Amino acid sequence: MNFFEIFNFEPDFNLDVNSLSARYKDLQRAFHPDQYASANESQKLLALQKATEINDAYATLKSTVSRAEYLLKLVGLDISHETTTVKDPSFLMQQMEYREKLEDISALSDPYDAIIEFEQELEQEQAELEATIGRELKSAHYEQAANAVRKLKFIKKLQVELERLEDEVSDI
Amino acid sequence: MAYSDKVIDHYENPRNVGGFDKNDPNVATGMVGAPACGDVMKLQLKISDAGIIEDAKFKTYGCGSAIASSSLVTEWVKGKSLDEASQIKNTDIAQELALPPVKIHCSILAEDAIKAAIDDYKTKHSS
Repeated sequence: MNFFEIFNFEPDFNLDVNSLSARYKDLQRAFHPDQYASANESQKLLALQKATEINDAYATLKSTVSRAEYLLKLVGLDISHETTTVKDPSFLMQQMEYREKLEDISALSDPYDAIIEFEQELEQEQAELEATIGRELKSAHYEQAANAVRKLKFIKKLQVELERLEDEVSDI
Repeated sequence: MAYSDKVIDHYENPRNVGGFDKNDPNVATGMVGAPACGDVMKLQLKISDAGIIEDAKFKTYGCGSAIASSSLVTEWVKGKSLDEASQIKNTDIAQELALPPVKIHCSILAEDAIKAAIDDYKTKHSS
């Protein structure tokens, strides 16, 4: 049973995260160790394995990066542990500019507005890449989908850095 | 994870940070990125008309190992011809800096940056 089937979904990148969460909670409850308190050892073990599988599946499908990587893996393209180098100059130039922007923002005395604005810019970028991933997967252009996933990872990294900066600022 | 002394030295005192004008015909620019960790590296080489690398600068956003790898590479390529520079292997970088296996991709990134810069120079001078 693949991770999508566990939640009774079709293997599709465009997944309703709200119904994923709802189905996850139902399953989690059904296989919770407390439900098996009076069961025998082998039933307990099976329930525990199932609960672990449910958690793995949920964690994988919740994020768009790991969901796309999982879909690519299902068609035989494993990019989750690759050490591929991205060489697209215009994309990387923009990444450099984003990193410089992040540095500039952290040097501001009141960076709050700039952080919000940058967050929106990255969200826009994220939405565009996710739309590309969905489209390319649907048309079975797996290499193109993989490239968009790689780019999305850079955006995710920037978002983590920006969140860290926001935490630092709000601590003051 | 413990960094080696050489990584810490390059990280705390990075050599040749900065850049050159990328439109200068004698300047080669290599931009590379590693999706696994989101690291971005820019390596620029100033190349004489005789094809010797006279100077090198880098700018890297990433972990200590990525910064150390690119800093080390700027030291190594100076005085080398393009052919000699293209012989630098990620294994040499990883060995010099004693990089642990999980950081090998940082040295791969630095090797790819040299190659990307050399490709850029060849493209610039092919027409």
